[in-house]
Amino acid sequence: MISLFWRGFDRSTAAFIVVILALAVAVPLFNLMLPPESPFHVPTYLVSLWGKYACYAMLALSIDLIWGYCGILSLGHGAFFALGGYTMGMYLMRQIGTRGVYANPILPDFMVFLNWDHLPFYWYGFNWFPYAAVMVLLVPGLLAFVFGWFAFRSRVTGVYLSIITQALTFALMLGFFRNNFGFGGNNGLTDFKEILGFNVQVAGTRAALFAISCVILAFMLLMCRAIVTSKFGKVLIAIRDAESRTRFLGYRVESYKLVVFTLSACMAGVAGSLYITQVGIINPSEFAPANSIEEVIWVAVGGRGTLTGAILGAVIVNYARTYFTTGFLAPYWLFVLGGLFVGVTLLLPRGIVGTIQHLWAERRRPDKTDPDPQPVGEPAPAE
Amino acid sequence: MQFHEGGFHWGGWVAVLLAVVMLFAATPLRAAGLEEALAHFTLDDYGEIEEGIAALAASGDPRAASLIEALQDDRLLYSAEQKKVFYKDTSGKLFDAATGAPVADGGPADIDIVSVNNRIRRAIDAALGGLTLMSPDPAKRLESAQAVFKSREANVLPAIEAALEKETNPRIKRVLNEARAAIILNSDDAEEADKLAAVAVIRSRGDQDAVGLLQGLPGDTPPAVATAAKSAVAAIANELAIWDLAQNAWFGLSLGSVLLLAAIGLAITFGVMGVINMAHGEMVMIGAYVTFVIQELARTTYMAYPGLLEYSLVIAVPAAFVIAGFIGIVIERGVIRFLYGRPLETLLATWGLSLIIQQAVRTAFGPSNREVSTPSWMSGTFEVGHLNVTYNRLWIICFTLAVFVALLGMLRFTRPGLEMRAVTQNRAMAAAMGIRTARIDALTFGLGSGIAGIAGVALSQIDNVSPNLGQGYIIDSFMVVVFGGVGNLWGTLVGALSLGIANKFLEPVAGAVLGKIAILVLIILFIQKRPRGLFALKGRAVEA
Repeated sequence: MISLFWRGFDRSTAAFIVVILALAVAVPLFNLMLPPESPFHVPTYLVSLWGKYACYAMLALSIDLIWGYCGILSLGHGAFFALGGYTMGMYLMRQIGTRGVYANPILPDFMVFLNWDHLPFYWYGFNWFPYAAVMVLLVPGLLAFVFGWFAFRSRVTGVYLSIITQALTFALMLGFFRNNFGFGGNNGLTDFKEILGFNVQVAGTRAALFAISCVILAFMLLMCRAIVTSKFGKVLIAIRDAESRTRFLGYRVESYKLVVFTLSACMAGVAGSLYITQVGIINPSEFAPANSIEEVIWVAVGGRGTLTGAILGAVIVNYARTYFTTGFLAPYWLFVLGGLFVGVTLLLPRGIVGTIQHLWAERRRPDKTDPDPQPVGEPAPAE
Repeated sequence: MQFHEGGFHWGGWVAVLLAVVMLFAATPLRAAGLEEALAHFTLDDYGEIEEGIAALAASGDPRAASLIEALQDDRLLYSAEQKKVFYKDTSGKLFDAATGAPVADGGPADIDIVSVNNRIRRAIDAALGGLTLMSPDPAKRLESAQAVFKSREANVLPAIEAALEKETNPRIKRVLNEARAAIILNSDDAEEADKLAAVAVIRSRGDQDAVGLLQGLPGDTPPAVATAAKSAVAAIANELAIWDLAQNAWFGLSLGSVLLLAAIGLAITFGVMGVINMAHGEMVMIGAYVTFVIQELARTTYMAYPGLLEYSLVIAVPAAFVIAGFIGIVIERGVIRFLYGRPLETLLATWGLSLIIQQAVRTAFGPSNREVSTPSWMSGTFEVGHLNVTYNRLWIICFTLAVFVALLGMLRFTRPGLEMRAVTQNRAMAAAMGIRTARIDALTFGLGSGIAGIAGVALSQIDNVSPNLGQGYIIDSFMVVVFGGVGNLWGTLVGALSLGIANKFLEPVAGAVLGKIAILVLIILFIQKRPRGLFALKGRAVEA
């Protein structure tokens, strides 16, 4: 087991893990220890913002694992992210207790508002953190397992799979917008007070959440690296490059896909649960298909199939989003985002990290022939 | 020509002559009837006034209705001394009721308002109802007959019966009959046989109002009539349920045709090139904005070409096709052709294009909804039985079918259509036979986009023209294509119509949102059974 993880350390992964762990230590320290007037002080809002980026990076990592290494383009990964968020949100809602507007010890405010007299059964147990933590993994994982079971078994692949994952998240969005679903309808879940007894508003809790997010991100990166360099990972890559051939070689393609898809959904769920604790709100618009597609472009910008690129891409694109949407540039953000989609797919198909790795490999090769030529294809009729 | 003009003059003279004769003959008679009737109003007695109303209504004088209305509004005055009646018009000017001549300085000294009590008011209503029942305007007659059906005022019955004898319009006659039946059913002194006949009349009306009437019969209704009414209600409810089904099917058909229009372009590009065009919805949106722009142009040149506004939609169809098709070709040549063989990347790039197009339109036209007016030949409704059919929906269905047939014909009978089919089935072989596949790709993409633009023209009539217009259709269109299968337009047709109808039938049962979710889940399950849709390509083309 140890050796498996150890194998994950190639140079760029190691560098990323060092940076992430350094941030996990430094940012909370600079936030809590330094006085606000110090030039090195990190304000609390930035801690939360970077914590958000860390969650997005986990989500991007989970997408890269299935898209970059197994060729499954999910346009509905935002659904697993949001489900993880909702599951953790249910725990946080139960922790509000009598501090809500209606001061009901059991029912969250929105249920009192809707005149519900008892807790729906699926809210049972969410006052207990370990149960909620298990559910964060279980709910998205189970949905992915059932969905994947049906989809992969009947060999739904390529764009067809992308479209029905998009339909999945669209259907969930419509459902969660309804009040009688029992998840707060339009407004979603918000107004949280504390997690495990710590006030979610104070700087100390936020710094701790940031550190935890970074550590989990580093762990996920290591885990994914270990997976893709294992024999299991080689089969995944084989499926990505030649699915039928892999099947004819005797591998049960659908089982491999199912395992990695479910794992990826669990990772997205964890990312969502950390996201909601730091952002403090979740509502059904998280399920919007547009979000899921945008998440894919993070991976494409950083470099599909590189893992570290996914993290880099998520941070870069979201930093650009923050930069653009908070000023006079706001009307141009969609131009930038749209341009990213077109530009990256056309001009930078390997993404940032992929291109760097490619150039690095080029320089070290004695002969200059391209070892990995870009696929130059013809349009294929729809399968 | 000469003869014709002579004839015309001759006819004119006869008409004038006749009019003069009638004027001489009729005026004294009429005036007498009117004066006699008016005399009742000068006696300050409710019984007399009621008789006066009846006499006024029976006089047939053209001013009778306005005089009764004046009475209703306390604008009818009388002088007991002079035995004269006056009326004020709505602006308060005084006139002599018998002659219609204006009266100066407030009339005689003892002038007073003709007083009205509840009994008189009912008489007034009945008389007015009766008078409009005889109105020369059929629309007014119909309206008042329907009003009587609703009010069931017993004392209108004689007027109804009088009108029934004269009425020639079958539709108004039917409503009059129903009104009569409604009055009979609610009156105390009608015969049981009459009431039973009345139930049958109401039963044949067969709508929600009829049910309401039959369920709200007075308590002293004879038992035989009550049971007849009960069975009639049950029969009507059955009929209405069937009409409800028909209405749902119609709505479904209408939704299905919209889906078909939006999806058909997608089906072509996806079928031929295997390219998922996420910017397809934006092509629809562009089509809608082209309609808007052309309508604005027509409005600004309204003075010079007044007919243009009415037919701006007809102009918008080819314009939208050309503009959207051109943008489609630009997209294909500029972006998509570099991404062939990488369908997932194509999907992402076209999604990016859709964001850019949306934002560009938002910058140019503003984020709010734009008004596209409906020409008069597309607005309004008509009824088939109990089915409400709106003209614009009907036009859209016809238009969709026309587009579908045209496209089918184009693919079947023209050279580019043949080449498109060849490329769909086997690209390499088609290229070997000398078909320039790259040009076919560009053409196909242009065609698909152009049809999306046409869809936008139609959708501008039933949806909000805003930058987000296309987004609402994109997932539904994909569902249609996935459900129907690619490479076959019939699959798209069947897919769109069945999704539309299923949607509208699920909506009343499960609610709009749950119905939609159910459809999505059903499609996901359907994909399990037939991963390539209803009408899949068979043979070698499948594993290209």
